[in-house]
Amino acid sequence: MTFLTPEESGHVSSLWGKVDVEKVGGEALGRLLVVYPWTQRFFESFGDLSSPSAIMGNPKVKAHGKKVLSAFSEGLHHLDDLKGTFAQLSELHCDKLHVDPQNFTLLGNVLVIVLAEHFGAAFNPSVHAAFQKVVAGVANALAHKYH
Amino acid sequence: MVLSAADKNNIKAAWNAIGSHAGDHGAEALERMFHSFPTTKTYFSHFDLSHGSTQIKGHGKKVADALGNAVNHLDDIPTALSALSDLHAHELRVDPVNFRFLSHCLLVTLASHHPGEFTPAVHASLDKFFSTVSTVLTSKYR
Repeated sequence: MTFLTPEESGHVSSLWGKVDVEKVGGEALGRLLVVYPWTQRFFESFGDLSSPSAIMGNPKVKAHGKKVLSAFSEGLHHLDDLKGTFAQLSELHCDKLHVDPQNFTLLGNVLVIVLAEHFGAAFNPSVHAAFQKVVAGVANALAHKYH
Repeated sequence: MVLSAADKNNIKAAWNAIGSHAGDHGAEALERMFHSFPTTKTYFSHFDLSHGSTQIKGHGKKVADALGNAVNHLDDIPTALSALSDLHAHELRVDPVNFRFLSHCLLVTLASHHPGEFTPAVHASLDKFFSTVSTVLTSKYR
């Protein structure tokens, strides 16, 4: 089921082509941990998370951010079957990682903010709305296998 | 949730940097919200919601002015916004979920126009500020 219009699909691919997945991933995850400090509960092994600069500069945060955003990026190639694409990751997040799906919504919204910061005026309301649909779809897909 | 001294400094500095653009940013945040979260339009069936609408501009300025007032009274936001809180509780009755949508769109707008100032720490402080304002505006709902 396609949930993006052709125009929205165009906005998403066009912008995503210019995204530095490693940099944006690290920044989005870092900001999640700074803005919503309770999310640090999943990352106790990451070392120094004691201040915004410690978090943003933390190499484990950057590496993990890259991992997460690469998976997200992969999902963008399969917008017609997000649930299928993220089925295994969904099971992992439920059964092994025990992550409350609310966190997927939080991260999705932080990612939107980071994209706005990077792209400025180009991240206009139409492009923004397309990405809100995408992050909601991904969050939904990641929560789909929870039980 | 409490606004620390550092948060208050961040919020004031950010609002200073925004300066006279506050009204425009308010309008843009509303427009973004109507696009991304179409259910929010149900509260504005009496508005022209097209891009550049005078009503959206006017309402954006209203929202920005109220936020500016809160910035000037960070030590007692409930008192500063008491009348607005009554209005939302008894007349407007906007479902609480919608404050989060507008807060998010305000953050997106500010990030896109002021990337230099929008550091992670400032982002956190502004998120807390909007959350505090939202709580105050829904505090008399029941």
